[in-house]
Amino acid sequence: MSVLQNILKQNPKSEDYLIETLLSLQDAKDEPCISEEEIADIAEYYGISPTRVSSVASFYTLLSLRPRGKHVVQVCRDVPCYLNGSENILEAVKEALGCDIGETTADGLFTLEETSCLGNCDGSPSVRIGKKTYENLDSQKVKEIISGYREAK
Amino acid sequence: MVELKINNQTVQAEEGKTILEVARENNIDIPTLCHYPDLHIHSECRVCVVEDNWGNLVTACSTTVRDGMEVKTNAPRVLESRRVVTELMLANHDTNCTMCEKNLQCELQRLASNLGIQENRFGSVWEKKEIDDHNPSVVRNPNRCVKCGRCIEVCKEVQGINVIDYMNRSHETSVEPTYGRYLSFEDCTFCGQCSSVCPVAAITEKDETDKVWEVLHDEKKHVIVQVAPAVRVSLGEEMGQEPGSIVTEQMVAALKKLGFDRVFDTDFTADLTIIEEGHELIERVKEGNALPMMTSCCPGWISYVEQNYPDLIDNLSTCKSPQQMFGALAKTYYAEKEGINPEDLFVVSMMPCTAKKFEAAREEMSVIGDDPDVDVVLTTRELGRMIRQMGIEFDRLDKTPFDNPFGITTGAAAIFGATGGVMEAALRTVSEVVNEKPLEKLDFETVRGMNGIKEAEIELGGNKVKVAVAHTLSQARKVAEDVRKGKSEYAFIEVMACPGGCIGGGGQPYGTTNATREERIRSTYQVDSEMEFRKSHENPAIDQLYKEYLEKPLGHRSHKLLHTHYIKRN
Repeated sequence: MSVLQNILKQNPKSEDYLIETLLSLQDAKDEPCISEEEIADIAEYYGISPTRVSSVASFYTLLSLRPRGKHVVQVCRDVPCYLNGSENILEAVKEALGCDIGETTADGLFTLEETSCLGNCDGSPSVRIGKKTYENLDSQKVKEIISGYREAK
Repeated sequence: MVELKINNQTVQAEEGKTILEVARENNIDIPTLCHYPDLHIHSECRVCVVEDNWGNLVTACSTTVRDGMEVKTNAPRVLESRRVVTELMLANHDTNCTMCEKNLQCELQRLASNLGIQENRFGSVWEKKEIDDHNPSVVRNPNRCVKCGRCIEVCKEVQGINVIDYMNRSHETSVEPTYGRYLSFEDCTFCGQCSSVCPVAAITEKDETDKVWEVLHDEKKHVIVQVAPAVRVSLGEEMGQEPGSIVTEQMVAALKKLGFDRVFDTDFTADLTIIEEGHELIERVKEGNALPMMTSCCPGWISYVEQNYPDLIDNLSTCKSPQQMFGALAKTYYAEKEGINPEDLFVVSMMPCTAKKFEAAREEMSVIGDDPDVDVVLTTRELGRMIRQMGIEFDRLDKTPFDNPFGITTGAAAIFGATGGVMEAALRTVSEVVNEKPLEKLDFETVRGMNGIKEAEIELGGNKVKVAVAHTLSQARKVAEDVRKGKSEYAFIEVMACPGGCIGGGGQPYGTTNATREERIRSTYQVDSEMEFRKSHENPAIDQLYKEYLEKPLGHRSHKLLHTHYIKRN
């Protein structure tokens, strides 16, 4: 049984579990993204249109329809982070990665994204890498964190 | 009841009603954009904001009235807020209004004009996006889209298909099929309901009026036109008359003025459809073969079956739609009779429907060489456009009857345009042919009206036979599921893809609502009741056609010209 079929079986067969299914599927994959084929399979399973599934998947920044690097670096761009210097953080990350927003590094290790609020405003500016959130950052700190990921691979 | 004040005017209102409803009941208009009668309220656009006495700006479309509420619909803060959201929409919009299909019919343009917007303080961030015109029926132009969500709602809730939806979020939001594909790659049936509710020109019919102008001025071409039953009760509305105005003879006069050589009535081939389809039904019931039989007049429904229920293709009647029966007869019988080379004959249809454009372009719909039987299909809206382009004063036209030989028709054909009409027309004929005695009552009221699924029972040769009528594809799906599971108890099922049937089709005038559909339905049955003949098998011209040319129903020639086959898709 495929990974997707296993995940689908874990929840009741109802469209209400669509987001849960998409998140579990993305987590279970090496490449954190949902493919066109998977969209079609999920749509068929729930009896809804593929358009509906991709609409939901494209709305949430946690989910991606495009192939991404192993580590997804998401820089929060909401107001509290902005007021505490998220612009500088973004520039530092761009410099450290050598790629722009929406791009993946040549070695396939990182993808840089913007995100709306991470719910971590008291620790702003914040960045999420994969599932881990880093807070109270400055340019130096964020560069060190990225170096850590690069060394660990 | 609650009491509130709107712009200092004290009004009584029913509890549970929205500010918008109560204001309009009291002749106070509040501008709206995403709001549409018959659809759910989404409050997407924020155009209808009003100020309440608690200092809030609330959306009038979704906020219910409360006792003691004091609403200002035109406070400076309200007007400023409306201007801001409208300017923001215009900032990401192709504002070249004079080059737009919807120029002077656009709700965004009207809104901007009413708000007095002279310049946009946000400038423009609009970037040209690809237009999808890769199908014969509709054009999707994201450059005009305001993301109001009406089309999504119609496609998802009314039709149950959901070909288009919101993609992405915030300022990157777009409305498109999965992965931005073309509609022709998706399960789109080209019903065009999206185009009829779009406030702007983000989804429109594919305009083919220029092709028609060109042939009308080509002296070598003999150009004939057929008009669908539903157009005579909606064209008046397109030309500014009341909903449901019956304009049959003015319409014929207008078509003559446009330059068509002959103006014929699709009602004639609707009668012919009933004769062929009625006999097909009688044969199937006798043999117990591929029952229930399902109607095949509606191209949206045909595409839906081909895409989603290919296992039910055998249940579809093999009869072509009246439009295509007309096309096939025009290029053969009519051309022979008039001594015209079929290559010089150009057949135009005036239809309430965008899917008819797709139907006419189907490969099977060609009886002479590779030429399509129907060369161009125009919607009611395109016909209105041609009449306006020509500067015809529609209200002042003399009444003119249809031309012969395809001009003598019956009331049974006239009601094809309304949901339940094909069923009722078939029942009138089938019951008289089988029972060999005249019906006591011609009106089958149980199959009429706007209920989603309707049923009737008739006696045929001593047996009780159940039939059903469904309109909208979400209702059709329920009926089709039962047939698939072998649970359907019906012998005959009529399906029309659009709400209310063809009178509510995707090519009908903009602003069609269930209320206007009811008016058109009422007029349709009025046309029927005033006809000399009201049963298809009593149409003397049909009789003559069989004697002269077709020989007998389901005969050799009928099979060649009037019947078709269907293809599994996707």
